[in-house]
Amino acid sequence: MSAAAGATLREVSSRPQEMERPLVEVRNLKMHFAVSSGPLFGGAAAKVKAVDDVSFTIARGETLGLVGESGCGKTTTGRCILRLEQPTSGEILFEGRDLGTLDRKALNEKRERMQVIFQDPYSSLNPRMKVGSIIGEPMKVHGIHPKQKEREQRVAELLSVCGLNPKFMDRYPHEMSGGQRQRVGIARALSLNPRFIVCDEAVSALDVSIQAQVINLLENLRDKFHLSYLFIAHDLSVVRHLCHRVAVMYLGRMVEIAESDELFVNPLHPYTQALLEAVPIPDPHVERQRAHRVMQGEVPSPINPPSGCVFHPRCPLAVESCRREVPPLRELKPGHWVACPRVGAT
Amino acid sequence: MPVLLEVRDLRTQFDTSAGTVRAVDGISYCVDEGETVGIVGESGCGKSVGALSILRLIPNPPGRIASGSIRFAGNDLLVLGNEEMRKVRGRQIAMVFQEPMTSLNPVLTIGLQLCETMELHLKLTPAQAQARAVELLGMVGISDPARRLQQYPHHLSGGMRQRVMIALALSCEPKLIIADEPTTALDVTIQAQILELMKDLTKRFGVALVIITHNLGVVARYADRVNVMYAGRIVESGTASDIYHRPVHPYTLGLLRSVPRMDRPRGERLIPIEGQPPDLTREITGCAYRPRCDYAVARCSSLAPQLESVEAGHATACFENSRLQQLLKEAS
Repeated sequence: MSAAAGATLREVSSRPQEMERPLVEVRNLKMHFAVSSGPLFGGAAAKVKAVDDVSFTIARGETLGLVGESGCGKTTTGRCILRLEQPTSGEILFEGRDLGTLDRKALNEKRERMQVIFQDPYSSLNPRMKVGSIIGEPMKVHGIHPKQKEREQRVAELLSVCGLNPKFMDRYPHEMSGGQRQRVGIARALSLNPRFIVCDEAVSALDVSIQAQVINLLENLRDKFHLSYLFIAHDLSVVRHLCHRVAVMYLGRMVEIAESDELFVNPLHPYTQALLEAVPIPDPHVERQRAHRVMQGEVPSPINPPSGCVFHPRCPLAVESCRREVPPLRELKPGHWVACPRVGAT
Repeated sequence: MPVLLEVRDLRTQFDTSAGTVRAVDGISYCVDEGETVGIVGESGCGKSVGALSILRLIPNPPGRIASGSIRFAGNDLLVLGNEEMRKVRGRQIAMVFQEPMTSLNPVLTIGLQLCETMELHLKLTPAQAQARAVELLGMVGISDPARRLQQYPHHLSGGMRQRVMIALALSCEPKLIIADEPTTALDVTIQAQILELMKDLTKRFGVALVIITHNLGVVARYADRVNVMYAGRIVESGTASDIYHRPVHPYTLGLLRSVPRMDRPRGERLIPIEGQPPDLTREITGCAYRPRCDYAVARCSSLAPQLESVEAGHATACFENSRLQQLLKEAS
C-alpha cells in the first residue's frame, strides 16, 4: 500500500517485555444474543452471533486497537471483558484469573483495576450530578478514600491530571464542552488507579482539534501510569496513531491481528485492505495518486450470516471452499495472524 | 466556468435566551457551475447554518437571515416570494442531509417520496414518474429498483437510504446539490461507496456540489475548492492544494496538524489546537481565533481581519499571514 509509510520515529515508550504474562487474555469468546425473528410474536428464536470465537491477549502497558464497522462485535467484546455482559462461552482472564469463576466480591475487586471510557460525553455523565461527585462516586463505591476531604483532594488531583481546572468539581456536565466532558469521563476512569481501560470510541464524538487534545492526554496517561488500553474505534488513522497492535473484526469474527506498523504497511486480509483503502487521506496530491477501488456490497445481517467465511460474498479472492469452511487464524509472519486461506506470506 | 451561486456577506442569527447567536457572521463565496466546493470546520462553526440559509430553511423564530444576498442563476434567493422559493428547492437546488434515518419520511414508501417531487416539479404523470424513479434507483446502485419503490425506509440499510437520498436529490436535475455531512453516519467502506457515487453522478450530469464536512480527508479527495470556517466566518479559501499544501491561516494549519495521517510515520505526536472555540452568544471583538492562535499580535484583539487575497484564488483572514508563510517556508 503506497499510502502507508513504514518506519517508527519514536520507540513507543513503556513497550512491554515479551516474556511477562499478559494482563488480559481472551480465549474463544462467544457472545450470542437471542432475538425473536418472524412477524411479531411466536417467531422462531434466532441468534445474533455478536462475537464468535474471538481470542487475543493484551500485555501490560500495551494498547490493542479493535477496529471494524458497525455491528462487527467490537463493543460487545469490550463489554464482555468488563463483565458487563455474561459471555455465552469462552474465558476471559484478567491478571491471570478467569473472571467467569470469580464470586461477586472478588469480581468487584478486579473491577477496580479495569475501567471504561465511553463514546458519548453527553450521555455517559449523569446530568444531575456535579463533576466532583461523578469522579468521586467510584471511590465511594469501592471504599477508597472514605473521608470526604481526602476524596475531594483526589478528585482535584485527577482533574488537573486530565487538564481541567480543579474548580470544575462544582460544575454540572451541561456547563462543559464535549471535550471537557470527555476529560471528566477519563478522570472518572482513572479514579480507582486501574491497570486496564477499555476506550470504546472514546474520541469519536469530538471535533478534530479537541480530538487531538484527548488523544495526547490518553497517550500521556498511558505512559505515566503504565496503563493498558483496549482501544475500540472505527477511525483507522487514530487507531494507527495510538495502538501497538491492531485486531480487525468483521461480523463477529477476528479476521486479522498484527503489530500496528505491520498491519498498516502490509495488510493481508482482503477486508483489511479494503478498509484501509477506504480511508481518505487529508492531502489532495496523495489522494489523486491513490487508486480508489471501492469494495462493493454491505455488511450482511448478523442474524443470518453467510456460511463459511463471513466475508466471502464481498471478497475478491473468494473461491468455492470459502463458502463452506470457516477459515482459522494462521500466523503468516511472527505476530501477524490472518483468517484467510487465500493469502500467503509476502 | 460561469458563476452559479454567489453568497455575499451572509449573516444568520438565532435569538436565544442566552443572547443572539451569530451562527453565520458575514460569509461570502462563489460556486461555479459543475464545481465541487468543500466547506470544512468543526461543530458550531456555522457550516450547516450557512448551507440551510441558501435554501431558506432556517426556522424563524428563533433564526433569521439578518443581512446579505444569495444570488443563484440570476436571482437573489433572499428576496424571492415563498412560492417562487418552493420552485427552487428540490428543483434547482437539492439537499442531501447527514442522517439518512431521519431525512426520509418513515411512513411513506420510497416510491411515493421519489415520485412526489417529480410530479410536482417536473409535472410528470404518475406513470412517467414511476418509470423515472426506477431508472434513478438503478443509477444510484440499488438492486431490484421496481420492488424497492414499494418498500419503506426502515427496510433499507443506512447506506441504501443515503443512495435513495441521492436519487431524490438528482431526480429533478438540479444545478446544485448541497450535501451536509452526507457520509458522517456511515461506515468507512460505505462512506467510500457513497462519495464515489456522488462524484461520478455530479460529474456525469454537470451538477455543482457543495459538500459540508468536518472530515479533512473527504475534502482532500473530492473538493476542487475549499472554504475553511471558524466561529461563523470563512477564515481561508482556496483550491484544495492551496489549503492543504500552503495554508495561510493559523487555524487551517492547526487543523491539519491535529489529525493523525495514515501516510505519515507512526509515533509522531499530534499538535492539537489548545483551548476551545468561542461562545458565539458574546460579541467577539478582533479575530475570533486569537485566544487559540500561536501567531497573534496586538491588533488581532481589537480588529477583525477580513478575507483578503494572498494569491489568485487563495484568500485568508489573518493579519499575520505573511509572517506565517515565512515561518512555514523556513521550517520546510
